[in-house]
Amino acid sequence: METTAQAADRRSDELGRWGEDLAADYLAGTGLVVLSRNWRCRDGEVDFVATDGQRLVVCEVKTRSGTGYGEPSEGVTPAKAARIRRVTAAWLRAYRVGWCEIRFDVLAVLCPQDGPVTVEHLRGAF
Amino acid sequence: MSLASAWAMALHGVDGVLVEIEAHIGPGLPNLQMVGLPDTALSEARDRVRAAVLNSGERWPPRRMTLALSPATLPKGGSSYDLALACALLAADGRIPAERLRGLVLIGELALDGRLRQVRGVLPAVLAARRVGIGQVVVPTASLAEASLVDGMRVHGATCLKEVLNWLRNPAAGLARPGPLRPAPPTAVPDLGDVLEQGDARWAVEVAAAGGHHLLLTGPPGTGKTMLAQRMVGLLPALTDQEALEVTAVHSVAGLLASETPLITVPPFVAPHHTSSVAALVGGGSGLAKPGAVSRAHRGVLFLDEVAEFGPRSLEALRTPLEDGEVRLARRDGVVRYPARCQLVLAANPCPCAPPDERDCTCAPSARRRYLGRLSGPLLDRVDLRVAMRPVKDMGQADAEPESTATVRERVLQARAAARARWAGTGWSMNAEVPGPVLRRRFRLPRAVTEPIATALHRGLVTARGADRTLRLAWTVADLAGRDCPLVEDVSVAMGLRERRAA
Repeated sequence: METTAQAADRRSDELGRWGEDLAADYLAGTGLVVLSRNWRCRDGEVDFVATDGQRLVVCEVKTRSGTGYGEPSEGVTPAKAARIRRVTAAWLRAYRVGWCEIRFDVLAVLCPQDGPVTVEHLRGAF
Repeated sequence: MSLASAWAMALHGVDGVLVEIEAHIGPGLPNLQMVGLPDTALSEARDRVRAAVLNSGERWPPRRMTLALSPATLPKGGSSYDLALACALLAADGRIPAERLRGLVLIGELALDGRLRQVRGVLPAVLAARRVGIGQVVVPTASLAEASLVDGMRVHGATCLKEVLNWLRNPAAGLARPGPLRPAPPTAVPDLGDVLEQGDARWAVEVAAAGGHHLLLTGPPGTGKTMLAQRMVGLLPALTDQEALEVTAVHSVAGLLASETPLITVPPFVAPHHTSSVAALVGGGSGLAKPGAVSRAHRGVLFLDEVAEFGPRSLEALRTPLEDGEVRLARRDGVVRYPARCQLVLAANPCPCAPPDERDCTCAPSARRRYLGRLSGPLLDRVDLRVAMRPVKDMGQADAEPESTATVRERVLQARAAARARWAGTGWSMNAEVPGPVLRRRFRLPRAVTEPIATALHRGLVTARGADRTLRLAWTVADLAGRDCPLVEDVSVAMGLRERRAA
């Protein structure tokens, strides 16, 4: 038997995955080459590691179904930003990438119940 | 992305300082940074402004926002910047036309639901806006009457942020304009006719009111010292327009104004308790000092009841303000000046046991001496009139009705007018302000007139400063009698008022 809270979690996970799929299409459209998707390590996960040919672009996707709890991009807290930096360092070690320029982006996906879905790309967000 | 600025006012004592609030919205994660030495209350504006903006049906820009308050070195505090912060942000976001914020000062604290709350110090802020050539202000409606006291300003009142935003988008929408200024209802000042007997003391109060002299009343409890002091403000002339603005500005900074009828037109009466601290008397507080009793009594009466019970430090702290007519207080965030030109009325019992009849006193002579000795020489030196009051022996069955406030006030006003005419062009308006050398040289009296003073001085009964003070009193007595120049009997009366000294 699934509790209400578990159901809410599941819906939220589904929304997140759906947003990431949307983001993948979006990134392909911008010409970025995705190197890793949902790369995990002990410290956590990064949604996308991509490159534009000159620098590494680490992308965090944040999806929300409404602004009742704030804009999607507000969900990227300083703690989350710090975690993404740590995971990126682990990614660099894992693939033995030397020094390179890195940009951290946020893709804010908003899909309100009534209205069009919007994707906002914050380049160099943190 | 974009930049906008709005104007607000910082308070520095009773002066306003124009503060430019710049808002910058740039790319990045949603965040709001505030720079420019904000204190805690101002840092909290971040949360107030956000809630107020959202609850006014506006968008909170999901961007990296920076608010800069300049001059950056001036410490800023309080909640009066909220409205300007919100407008600067929304203008930077392109929600309201930024050019409408030019030449406009915004004052007010925001409630979470977007209502505009009253803040203190609106009058000094509007005065400062006029001084720097800004012609328009928006204030909370509750402060509208206060702001409209300043001539030549376009003053708008708003009840909430939404109203202000609508008006900025569409000037035709209009905001509340100040109504005609209503005079304050006459406050019931107790009448002088209530005081029984005490002819000498009543006369002393009249002289003090006419000449602006400081006054000390001593006597057993229950003889009417406090009653007389409270009736003194009723004798003083109403404040001039300039004085009224000065007094109202101090009270505005202290947050003591009535929002309906803010202008203070009658001299204030302030009676601090004898346990008051130095900070309560002369002003104080952390950050920037706030005005104390001596400033709240500016252009009015500061009444120290049971003055011998005041702490010596408190009394000593009054010396420089009384001398300079202003207080300068240095605190962490800078030195502020508050005006403090007040008339001092002191009341004291003659001794700690204070029986109705002084012959029943059981205090040791040393205790008596110590008691009034607490009033230090330097403070008492500035008190021109010292009157000992006697016990009341009659319950008012006497045939002669005591003179009422109205009768005495008439004489006081005439005496004041005479003094003002005499000192016109010198910068003084009351006899108490005129320095001794001027009285002895430029307004020298014939030798025959000053004979009693010269004799007393020669015998060592008065000091040189006491002689000056007697001269000042003599001029006031002559003014009250309607004479152009004191006669020998005026000098005698003046000496009589001085010699009834209790301390």
